[in-house]
Amino acid sequence: MKIRTRQRIAQTTSFWIFRLATYTILAAATYIFLDIGIKGSRTLFTAHAPFINVPFLTQRPQTLFVFDYQGTKYTLSDSEFRVWKAQHPEEVEATSVAYSAGGVWPCIVGTALLVIGSMIFALAVGICSAIYLSEYSQNSRFIRLIRIAILNLAGVPSIVFGLFGFGLFVIFLHWNVSLLAGWFTLGLMILPAIITASEESLRAVPNGLREGSLALGATKWQTIRKNVLPYALPGILTSSILGISRVAGETAPIMFTAAYALRDEMPWQVQHWTDFVFQGVMALPYHIYVVSSKIPQNEYTERMQYGAACILLLLVFVIALTSIVLREKARRRLSW
Amino acid sequence: MVIMEKETEHPAPPFEPQKVAEPEPQEKAMITVSDVDFSYGAHQVLFDVNLEIPPRAVTAFIGPSGCGKTTLLRCFNRMNDLIDGAHVSAGRIELEGHDINAPDIDVVELRRRVGMVFQKSNPFPKSIYDNVAYGLRVLGATKKSRINEAVEKSLRAAALWGEVKDRLDSSAYGLSGGQQQRLCIARALAVEPEVILMDEPCSALDPIATAKVEELIYQLRENFTIVIVTHNMQQAGRCSNYTAFFYLGRLIEFGATSKIFSNPSERQTEDYITGRFG
Repeated sequence: MKIRTRQRIAQTTSFWIFRLATYTILAAATYIFLDIGIKGSRTLFTAHAPFINVPFLTQRPQTLFVFDYQGTKYTLSDSEFRVWKAQHPEEVEATSVAYSAGGVWPCIVGTALLVIGSMIFALAVGICSAIYLSEYSQNSRFIRLIRIAILNLAGVPSIVFGLFGFGLFVIFLHWNVSLLAGWFTLGLMILPAIITASEESLRAVPNGLREGSLALGATKWQTIRKNVLPYALPGILTSSILGISRVAGETAPIMFTAAYALRDEMPWQVQHWTDFVFQGVMALPYHIYVVSSKIPQNEYTERMQYGAACILLLLVFVIALTSIVLREKARRRLSW
Repeated sequence: MVIMEKETEHPAPPFEPQKVAEPEPQEKAMITVSDVDFSYGAHQVLFDVNLEIPPRAVTAFIGPSGCGKTTLLRCFNRMNDLIDGAHVSAGRIELEGHDINAPDIDVVELRRRVGMVFQKSNPFPKSIYDNVAYGLRVLGATKKSRINEAVEKSLRAAALWGEVKDRLDSSAYGLSGGQQQRLCIARALAVEPEVILMDEPCSALDPIATAKVEELIYQLRENFTIVIVTHNMQQAGRCSNYTAFFYLGRLIEFGATSKIFSNPSERQTEDYITGRFG
């Protein structure tokens, strides 16, 4: 009887430990999403029509000027302040708060450009090497070495990728801080994840489909193109879109290679089209980093910090949702 | 000794003795296997196999599991190339007199001529129509009318047309197991092979579906050379003209099915067929 009681206590205790451990992650997730969601939506949404803070989404970041004038407190952005000064000739004592007015439009554009370019690079290289590894390579010592390299690359911290990109692309190749350097740095960073996931999706395609196709007189490439790759695509898609979320959110790899803290021109305002890839851009994660740690904090900075974080979260959320929808669609169409 | 010396002195004799008296079969063999050894890496699975597979007939390979019959079957269209380290370590396999392992043989063309139906039916996750048209398309057929014609012809030949003609565009995965296997046969027929290899095509089918496939095999032998691996003794008896019995990687006996089943010349064959082992 006594042993049984002890066992029951052990049962209950272990059950609760496991349960609490699981609840911890729930609590953390809830706190993060609520905190950023609530504070961020104060910036993102407005109380009156159209209910979305359009200037925040369409303007570039500006300096905020705060001052008292004839007993009224004004908070004006850089451009508004200039207009105001033109109308009011008297001197006012204004406090300026960097980045805290305007919006994040250039950051959204920059992040989108970085994501598109690096994903094109990573998918092209990643799918090709996954096909090679899964369909063509034989199990040799060299291939095992490659696999170890991929595994190790996946574990390299992103700041190291940033430094690598800085050393190779920015300095050695003289690309300076540019989209091109950012694309390659980010692309190389998610390459291992894409190769691994694509290879797994390719291996999940039943061997019978390969043999069946080859037995009909199809070449190896025809077999891969028509009877293997299409069925592996849903998996490749999932992995790649998870890769997008990572690329969109990483700060370290782009802070030395592609991101500017502030840039007045939009990416398409270049003199010659070749300059396009050699320009730095603003990017959301780097902007969040700058506004939350590089400027003096006060009551006016929170708006921008939480707004930018919330936008980034929403962006990643939408991308992940798209991936799930696309994958389910593809799965329903191609299942074995 | 004297004879050997003579042969080395005259590597090419000036005339061939006439072969009139030799008991040659009526037609030349479709596939000739001579002295074949086969290994997976260091593990040898076939030993000195000699076999002539006659054209337009059904040849059955029987024998206990692991005796090498599937391995030999997969040699005929070089499917074993897909397995690391698998190779014919000695001997020749000829298709109509051409060594199929010769370096200048186009393995893609070989596989077009030697079709295969697998143990586990493997329809592609496509429509019924696209499954049958697949082989034609990879061979470069683009004309819609020609593909339509070939699809219908193959499905008719596989005795499947009546069952699927109204739903050619629906998924092949909606078919029953037996229908799927006949679809795989139709798919193989569509590229007009000369030989069809069947690796236990009925092992996953119920008796009724098996009967249909067997009937189909029986009809197909009029136009194709068929080699079938089977574990089912009755099946070999029912639908084959010739039977080869393998045991532990060696060909024990080969002959007309009626003879093998009624009056085998080897003791091992008799034991296996009567169910004393295996």
